[in-house]
Order: sequence, then C-alpha cells, then structure tokens
Amino acid sequence: MPYHSIVCVKQVPDTANITTEAMKEDGTVNRAALPAIFNPEDLNALETALEVRDQFGGTVTAVSMGPPKAADVLRDCLYRGADRAILVTDRRAAASDTLATSYILSQAIRTIGRFDFVFCGRQAIDGDTAQVGPQTAEKLGLPQVTYLEELVGLDGDLVRVRRNVGNGWELIEARLPVLITVLGTANKPRPPAARRVMRFKRARTEAEVAAMVQEAMPSASPAERDAEVRRRTEQLKQAGLLIEQWNLDDIHADLDRCGLAGSPTKVFRVQSIVLTKQGYTDIPPTEDGVRRLIHELVVDHTLG
Amino acid sequence: MIEPNRQGEVWVFAEQEDGTLNDVALELCGKARDLADRLKVRMAAVLPGAGVGDLAGRLIAQGADLVYLVDHPLLAHFQTRPYARVLCALIEKYKPQIVMYGATPLGRDLAPRVASEMRAGMTADCTDLDIADVTDPRTKEVHKNLLLQIRPAFGGNIIATIVNYDRWPQMATVREGVMAMRPADPARRGEVVRESVALDESLLAVRLLERHLEPRKVNLKGARVIVAGGGGVGSRENFRLIHELAGAIGGAVGASRAAVDSGYIGKEHQIGQTGTTVRPALYIAAGISGAVQHRAGMEESAKIIAINKDPNAPIFSVAHYGIVGDLNQVIPMMIKALKERRAE
Repeated sequence: MPYHSIVCVKQVPDTANITTEAMKEDGTVNRAALPAIFNPEDLNALETALEVRDQFGGTVTAVSMGPPKAADVLRDCLYRGADRAILVTDRRAAASDTLATSYILSQAIRTIGRFDFVFCGRQAIDGDTAQVGPQTAEKLGLPQVTYLEELVGLDGDLVRVRRNVGNGWELIEARLPVLITVLGTANKPRPPAARRVMRFKRARTEAEVAAMVQEAMPSASPAERDAEVRRRTEQLKQAGLLIEQWNLDDIHADLDRCGLAGSPTKVFRVQSIVLTKQGYTDIPPTEDGVRRLIHELVVDHTLG
Repeated sequence: MIEPNRQGEVWVFAEQEDGTLNDVALELCGKARDLADRLKVRMAAVLPGAGVGDLAGRLIAQGADLVYLVDHPLLAHFQTRPYARVLCALIEKYKPQIVMYGATPLGRDLAPRVASEMRAGMTADCTDLDIADVTDPRTKEVHKNLLLQIRPAFGGNIIATIVNYDRWPQMATVREGVMAMRPADPARRGEVVRESVALDESLLAVRLLERHLEPRKVNLKGARVIVAGGGGVGSRENFRLIHELAGAIGGAVGASRAAVDSGYIGKEHQIGQTGTTVRPALYIAAGISGAVQHRAGMEESAKIIAINKDPNAPIFSVAHYGIVGDLNQVIPMMIKALKERRAE
C-alpha cells in the first residue's frame, strides 16, 4: 500500500561551525556571515520519508516556510528524491514564533491535502526549540510521535516506531495519519543523486524566475517582464521543474495568527556571548603551584 | 489563551515516571517558590498520574502551597494527548500566570502541545527565569511583573530573553540541573486538591508496546566535583588519567563532545548543550578547549579549574583557576598533592 508523506524542512544558519570569519571584532557572531544550510535533522526526516516511499510506494512532498532564498533546501530535497517541493514565503510571515510558524505550516499541510505521514526534524539548530513539530500536530489534530530513532514497521494504517526517550527507548504503535519528529541518529541521509542534480538544478520558484527576468530584461516594461515571468514559469511547470510558491492567501491563513501578530512570545533582549578573557588565577604547572591550589580549595571548603 | 491574571498562581508540572518524581520537578519547585513570593501569589504543582498521591507531600516539602492531583488510570504511562488535556483543563479552570516544565524529552513533547492548544507563548529550554517590568517598544506600554524567560539560542552564541505580554499563561521549559534543588522541608504545610478531568480512550492514539529504560548510571547532576576530559586527552587509554583524578578527589567523570565523539568515553558522560548541564561545587576541565556548546553545560559551576596547553583556549574565559600546561604532567601532580593532604 502506497503512503504519502509530507516533510517539513528549514533553511538555517550554520551555527555549529562558526569560523573566525563569522566573528565580529567585538567577539560576537556575525549571523549574516554564516552559511545557510539544510537543517540537519530535517535531512533525517526526509530520508525516513524517502525510505517509506522506496519500500511501499507513494509520494514525498517537501514543504518549507522561509524567505525566497530557502528554495535552496527545496532543490536539495528534489536532488535527494522528493517528488514535489513547495515554498511558503510571505513577508507577512516574518518574525513568526513557533506558535505562528506551526499555524502556517499546518495551513500549508491542509492545502496539500492528502497525506499519511508528516515528518519533521526534531529541532532546528538556530533555535533548538523542538516545538514546531508538536505544535503542528496539535493544529492538525494529529497524534504526535517525537524522537523517532527507527521506523520499525508499517502495516496498513498502523506504524511501529522506536523512539528515544533520553534514558532508554519505547516501542510504540500509532494509527495513521500521524506526525513524527525524527532524530539525527535515525539514519544516514542519502546524498544528492547526480542524475537528479542534473535534472533539477534548473528548478526554480516564481520569485527566482522573476529575479532572473529582472536581470535579463532590465529595460523592459513591467508588463513585458510579467509576461516573460508567466511564460518561463509555465515552461518550468510543464517540465516538472517548478518549485511551487505559496503565500499566506494561498493557504487561507488567518493573518492574525501569522507573523508578529500571531506570536505571543517577544524577544525582550539579546546578549551576544563575547569571547573575551576574564581574569582567572594563573596557577603555574609545577608541583608547588598545584599543591597551593589544592590547599586553597580545602581552605575555602570546595574540597572536604 | 487566558487573559493576564495578576493573582494567578505559579505552577510547576510535576513530571513523574513510574511513581518517581523527576529531579527537575523538584528543582523547579524551588525556583517557582521564589517567583511566587516575589509576585505575592501561591505556588502549585500539577501532578497527573495513576496512584501517585504519595508524591504530593514531597512537592509540598519542596515549596508548593498546593498540589493539584489528577489520578486516572489512563495517566499511568505518559502520553501526550491525555496529559495535555489535563494541563489545558486545569489552566482554563485556575488561570495560573506562569507554568514551568522540565526541559526533559517528556516535558519538551508535552509543553508545546499545551501551548498550541492554549494558543499561548512557550519558551524552550530556559537556563534562567526572572521577574521584571517590561516596556513594549512598539506601544510604549509598560507590562508589570512579567516572566523573563532566559535561554541560549543560535547554537549557544547568544542569550535571548523572551517575554509574553498578554497571551498567558507565561510558559517555559527549564533545563535540567540549572536550578539548584532546595533542601526539603518536611514541616511545610500545603493542601492537596483532587481534580478530575474527563479522559477517554480516544485520546490514546498511540499504544505503548515495549519500554526499556536504563537508570542513569552516571550521576553527573548530583556530583559535587566533576573531572572532565576533552579531545586534548588524546586517547581512550590516556583517559584513565581523568578517572584516576576523579577517584582521588571523590568526583564523577565528565567529558566534552570531542572526547565522546572520539570514542574515549561513553555519551552518558557528556557535558554541554547536547549532554548534561551541571553545576557542581568544583569542575576540573582537562584538555577541553571549551566550545560554547560545552561551556553552556558547565559555566554555572561554583569553581572551575581549566588545564590546557593552549593559553588561548576559550575554556580559560570561564575558569577561576587556569593551569597552562600539559595535563599528562599536571594531573599526576594533582593526584600526588591530594594524596599528601589525605596523609596529613
């Protein structure tokens, strides 16, 4: 029996590998200088969906909410085997917290319609909140299974999952449709397939087409450019190379629940961690130095 | 969502498993007690489970004025939906101003589901909480006595303070081990309020087939002294130096991610953002460069000794004592000095 999966993916700044080039002179991180990458655990979510399709048939649809540039991760999904890619992008969605983001994603998923699974990475490395998965499940009225480490079995509308609960594991059985969040230890994501890269490297969103037309026809009138954008978009669609682009109206979103208005949490203050050396007591690496250190720790009752 | 309720209580979700309270729930009781005193309101613990009434006394001893006990057979094993239903029903009934959860795998599964159903704010994995007046920069409105939800973000490179003006309750998960557990006061008096919440089998969408839990063999959180080794230790064999120093000083063995990834020691010893957060009386970091992810898990330690060959290693930025030198020489010296003291 074929299964239809939706995978939520996010483009994130690479917070794990901060190099000296990304540091400002005052010792704080220059976020704009960080490379944008595919959120690591979302790759594991995609791999899980692809494995289900490879074994049982069906489809894999990747959906991402983000700025136009996030089309990069959707192309990557196509390279690795996704059947369809959708970018939800809208300025009115900016500054969404996890509650608003999960609302927007849930509306996009409703718009896609038919599915058996929604897979998400457990968390994204820019915020590490792990909230969007459970919150999306709640809005869709779906059961949630967090921390998948292995999809153990699938039979009819019952799925068996081994989930990591920190100090051990649980084997659970859930009825489809279900939302599952996937851990980085679940699998080894397949690399982009060379043949698919050749095919999908020309895949574009409408916004990307518009930017290309702008560059190619700088002196054309807006009407001429619009016509050219429509022509090229249609061409891509016919060739199966269009990354669908939806705004908040396309997914029938209630604007009061999106962006800043839809976000109960507000950032009050942000302090950068500054890597400066503060004072510490320098202990010479000698027997005498170490002996005095131990003595000091005993005197101040740190050591009993 | 509930309206701001200035008389609302401060709540702690009392996470328990098989009738044993998770330490983080007890840690949170202490913090919640402080916040409630500052707000001059009551502090309550919410205790769902099956046959868990005995635990109420412990929560009161840790500072709770009230324990809302929801005892139901469907709550025997944690499942997201019935537990979320309990929390939402009680929040709607009592309108607390703050609800805190441990940032455990269970808490981080449950809390966002509750927040979504309540359409309220939720901040994950806080490392500190505070109360302050906050001015909305857009409207210039002053919001009195808001909960400041303080957490590392962006891979630990920034510390963000999050607030929630008016879509209450103000909710957060709090990292294990960052709030000090207060001594229990068995003489404290409190009230146990039995609540019943309508639950039915339809909420059990997920069936538990098998469960395998390991008791935490390594008690890093409870250790007064931790000796931790990093990539600079160099090999699994050489890691015995770390074990020997821990033995001599009476401490637990910790490790950085680099040491765990290199296979010098098991992951259960890992300290840092993806491992355990600790705040011992003494933390000795040997051969650990001190990436932000590691520092986030240990910088609250009362005393930190850093041993590293590289005088520019970031670990020195959080150290109280720094020894620039080769750990292969320094650690035997420390063991010797400790043995001398014992002989005295």
